[in-house]
Amino acid sequence: MRAFSYERASEPAQAASRAAEIPGAKFIAGGTNLLDLMKLEIETPMHLIDVSGTGLDGITATEDGGLRIGALVSNTDLAANERVRRDYGVLTRALMSGASGQLRNKATTAGNLLQRTRCPYFYDTAMPCNKRSPGAGCAALGQGAFSRQLGIIGTSDACIATHPSDMAVALRVLDAEVETITPSGASRTIPLDEFYRLPGDTPDVETVLMPGEFITAVTLPPPVGGRQAYHKVRDRASYAFALVSVALVRQADGSGRVALGGVAPQPWRRAAADAALPDGANAVMSRLLDGASPTEENAFKIRLAERTLAGMLAEG
Amino acid sequence: MDFNQPADQNLFDRATVVGKPHARIDGLLKVTGTAPYAYERHDVIAGQLYGYPVGSAIAKGRIVAIDTEAARGAPGVRSVVTTLDIEPLGIWDYNVARLFGGDVVEHYQQAIAVVVAETFEQARAAAALIETTYERDDIDVDLEAGWQRLQGTGEPSTQVGDVDAAFESAAVTLDEMYHTPSQSHAMMEPHASIVDWADGGQMTVWTSNQMIEWNRQSLATTFGIEPDRIRVESPYIGGGFGGKLWLRADAVLAAIGSRAVGAPVKLALPRPFMINNTTHRSATIQRIRLAAGADGKLTAIDHEAASHTLPGGRGENATAQTPYFYAAPNRRVIHHLVEMHLPEASDMRAPGEASGLMALEIAMDEMAEKLEMDPVEFRVLNDTQVNPSDPSIPFSERHFVECLREGAERFGWADRNPTPGGRREGMWLIGHGMAGAYRGHLNLKSGARATLSNGRVVIETDMTDIGTGSYTILAQTAAETMGLPLGRVEVRLGNSAWPVSSGSGGQFGAASSTAGVYAACVALRQQIAERLGVEDPEFRDGNVIAGDDVTPLAAISEELSAEDSINFGGFQTEEYLMATFGAHFVEVGVHVATGETRVRRMLAVCDSGRILNPITARSQVIGGMVMGTGAALSEELAVDLEHGFFVNHDLAGYEVAVHADIPRQEVVFLDTVDGVATPLKAKGVGELGLCGVAAAIANAAYNATGIRVRDYPITLDRMIDRLPPV
Amino acid sequence: MSPPIRFEMRRRTFLVGTASAVVAANIPWRASAQPTSLAGPDRSTFTLVVNGETRELAVDNRTTLLDALREHLELTGTKKGCDHGQCGACTVHVNGERINSCLSLAVMHQGDEVTTIEGLGTPQQLDPMQQAFFDHDGFQCGYCTPGQICSAKAVLQEIRDNVPSHVTKDLTARIEATDEEIRERMSGNICRCGAYANILEAIHQAAGEQA
Repeated sequence: MRAFSYERASEPAQAASRAAEIPGAKFIAGGTNLLDLMKLEIETPMHLIDVSGTGLDGITATEDGGLRIGALVSNTDLAANERVRRDYGVLTRALMSGASGQLRNKATTAGNLLQRTRCPYFYDTAMPCNKRSPGAGCAALGQGAFSRQLGIIGTSDACIATHPSDMAVALRVLDAEVETITPSGASRTIPLDEFYRLPGDTPDVETVLMPGEFITAVTLPPPVGGRQAYHKVRDRASYAFALVSVALVRQADGSGRVALGGVAPQPWRRAAADAALPDGANAVMSRLLDGASPTEENAFKIRLAERTLAGMLAEG
Repeated sequence: MDFNQPADQNLFDRATVVGKPHARIDGLLKVTGTAPYAYERHDVIAGQLYGYPVGSAIAKGRIVAIDTEAARGAPGVRSVVTTLDIEPLGIWDYNVARLFGGDVVEHYQQAIAVVVAETFEQARAAAALIETTYERDDIDVDLEAGWQRLQGTGEPSTQVGDVDAAFESAAVTLDEMYHTPSQSHAMMEPHASIVDWADGGQMTVWTSNQMIEWNRQSLATTFGIEPDRIRVESPYIGGGFGGKLWLRADAVLAAIGSRAVGAPVKLALPRPFMINNTTHRSATIQRIRLAAGADGKLTAIDHEAASHTLPGGRGENATAQTPYFYAAPNRRVIHHLVEMHLPEASDMRAPGEASGLMALEIAMDEMAEKLEMDPVEFRVLNDTQVNPSDPSIPFSERHFVECLREGAERFGWADRNPTPGGRREGMWLIGHGMAGAYRGHLNLKSGARATLSNGRVVIETDMTDIGTGSYTILAQTAAETMGLPLGRVEVRLGNSAWPVSSGSGGQFGAASSTAGVYAACVALRQQIAERLGVEDPEFRDGNVIAGDDVTPLAAISEELSAEDSINFGGFQTEEYLMATFGAHFVEVGVHVATGETRVRRMLAVCDSGRILNPITARSQVIGGMVMGTGAALSEELAVDLEHGFFVNHDLAGYEVAVHADIPRQEVVFLDTVDGVATPLKAKGVGELGLCGVAAAIANAAYNATGIRVRDYPITLDRMIDRLPPV
Repeated sequence: MSPPIRFEMRRRTFLVGTASAVVAANIPWRASAQPTSLAGPDRSTFTLVVNGETRELAVDNRTTLLDALREHLELTGTKKGCDHGQCGACTVHVNGERINSCLSLAVMHQGDEVTTIEGLGTPQQLDPMQQAFFDHDGFQCGYCTPGQICSAKAVLQEIRDNVPSHVTKDLTARIEATDEEIRERMSGNICRCGAYANILEAIHQAAGEQA
């Protein structure tokens, strides 16, 4: 870990402007992913702005009947919130399937959205990685590489990493939006489906956030009802990243929404796939995973995604 | 004390302390965080500096240059020593790859430099500034290709009868391939050491190591110094499983760092560095052929296996149990070592049998099915009381059939549905499986010193407690022998200043070291008798009793001390085959849609001689069952064939079992004793608990789904295409 | 008839050059060099309240809460198993919640109340959870044990606080301390010795005493 200077911010606007003015500055709140990466010098900030005192830790109702989740609300607090459990059950389910109790107590809403991939080649600085070191190449695409966990769709010849968040998959299925403040003090709202960028030739650029732009909240539209479920498939029963996860909101008439985790560089959802939900899991996946580009080792994820959804539908 | 014939009736047959369920005497320290582990010894020496290692970024080749200028100039740095700065260090008997020195790279993350700084943060940051230029050699890390080259070649290690003829005439045969992956010990405490070699004279090492004397000898060989200049202490060890049998880079780099800066240096291997820098259990490829008559009696067993190793190493001999476990008149066994450029393959808990039974016990399940026999009855039918490869040699004790019967009864084996894929509860397919367990037993010479002082007995030995319960069973042994309550015995372990013991490994620790303590206590009793001028007294209830003459031990004012070792005679291996046995029964659920497999119930029945402490022995066995669950369902060191390293080299990528994976577990110990083994009639149990577990789970998954997976771990991708429609 | 899911296997590439290629391989894939001057000091002075005692620390900003405890305050009961949030051995309570102290900077805990295993009890005066682990042999090597015990205490509190878990069936009902709930909530604490079944019994004992 490289040396860094440290300051505490008390206001979101102050945090954003400081981040833009200090070279190599980064925000830190929970720190559960950033410190992990700093120890390995995958992240090398020169200055940390501690934003945990900016007061963004509330969950409040919005005027339209939705919910505004402060950027610093912990994963535990968000999952345990009475309204979230009642009206947005898929979000509680997704949050509680991720990480561990200790990590969820520290991890924040914004930090969870911004966590980096868990691709083992990204994590090993002796291996070339276009996300870590643009232009170096992608060891995960090498002959004989280990790619079982990695992405099958939305990936590129430069990067096949997945986004590891469970929470983001639920937020995606709930049509969440991200609220930010820019270094100039302006606010903007970014729908989650526009928040992440696909890797293309620049897998190091993961979101549409501009330098210094600071997430203040995530908002949820009014509850959509329906039966909400999240099935995270993994090798061991807990404390592991997803091979595939499926977020499902299903209405009584059979219509609904589906998003996938563990398969793409972002939570993966397509309108055409949602529309096919009444026709069953195969119909959904033939649209949701159309054009997938798996490796030999992770091609099973296609079948797994379909069967996972089929299982969820079979359960009613 | 020489142990040259089987033990007769002795005091352990009427024991009041040994064999009783005493809580760990080191337990209070462990639950309060006050047991000191290697990296935590702030108390032992002042002025400790921090070391941090640098590892090779290539798997094989030569280091051309190492640029340390930036690191040397970094804040707080006191020294940087690279592998190019020193001559190649010596290599001790059981190490394969050189630990440091010279320009040759033998494996990925081999230690190539150490940074010593005033703080941990400074040392770590400076280590990242070191730039290395390599000349990279081609590598071969493809075990499958090695198997293809070697299959059918070489001299069998066991060849009995006419295997080929037996297969030709057999009513039923089986011929299948099995794969087990490389596995990591993944003990919770990283390899760590504090070394004081400040003046280049006496070297003191506070470390985390299972084998104190081996560690001392290794250090002597590595640095070319006399063993008597080295003191090693390792009183508490945060898990080992074979990964801490050897001297590793932590102690070597700390020693070099200490010498370089003239101060004590502490160094722990960073977790992401450990898996490729230290040792692992090699992957295996196994071909098993079984032949049987229509009556279900095996007529031939043919087991050919391969594992990988660095040149000169031992690999993982998955055929270890095959010469001995089941009866059959014809047998061929061969193990191929495939030289590869992965990190050093070495021993991990139950080396050989753990991998071998993962395959053999699936094969037995498959064969039972072919014979339309119950898998328990099939194993019972093929039991043997003699070494089937040399029938003149009997097993010292073998109660495998009782394990099978007792386990089947307790588990409710008869109630299972023998039809694969025949039972479903909601979204879960339910299956039951079982496997036999076998682990050879050996003893190593073991010594101790027993000292009587103020009515208390102090035991000192270089034996280690790696979580196995050594402190407690040695105290029980001393208490029993000296006729004292447990509370009046103190046990001091893990210090090279004390008599050399067996150490902890190979399932030999408990049996050997308790026998060693017994020998020392008998010697102390002799001294006490001489001191009191009595003959052959009894030691009971804190007293020395000779006829009407009763002397409390506490009344002996002078300190008396005796040292002795147990020397195990050749009769044990010349006249007998010693081993431990067990049976595992498992219920699993396999998710009908996803293929996720979860264990719902586990039972083990063990036959391993006298159980010295049922609490700590049970913990050893349930721990083996947990490790076996990981082996069955999730543990695999994934190899990058191009770069030649284990890719998932941390505890997020290498998935060991967590709480949620483990159901309630039942362990039954048969009430058996083995007088051939030791005076206490005890054998090991810590590795037996792992043997066969994974196969029982594999067999249960087959029973649940009808899908036979012969490659571990049994992950859902190996089943997903064959699961029934949702 | 099910529609097919159309996909095409991704092609693999060769990355490594031929034998004996000279490569500089330790550094190039890290982030590029940075200017040396920081925007402020790289050290900080602050106070923690550790096990009820106010402790002042003046340390490198990089110091984690775990290393502050182990190396600076010499409270070594809290263990470093992985230093990356992958094992749970470093679990402590901060302001009443369990966290992984390895993934938290000490400087971010100005004024926080930190409770470690040493603050729960001593060999002479055990906390009921420590006693329960002792009674049920809920450990072997002992290295993960302080983290398990700190986590176990927090787990029972989280259940009392009705915080849901991955295995909670009904998110709106009262949560009970069942085997399944305890196992799931304890899954962030790895025990390679495999004492899980005994730890479960220990937690039930402690929960029963509190009930």
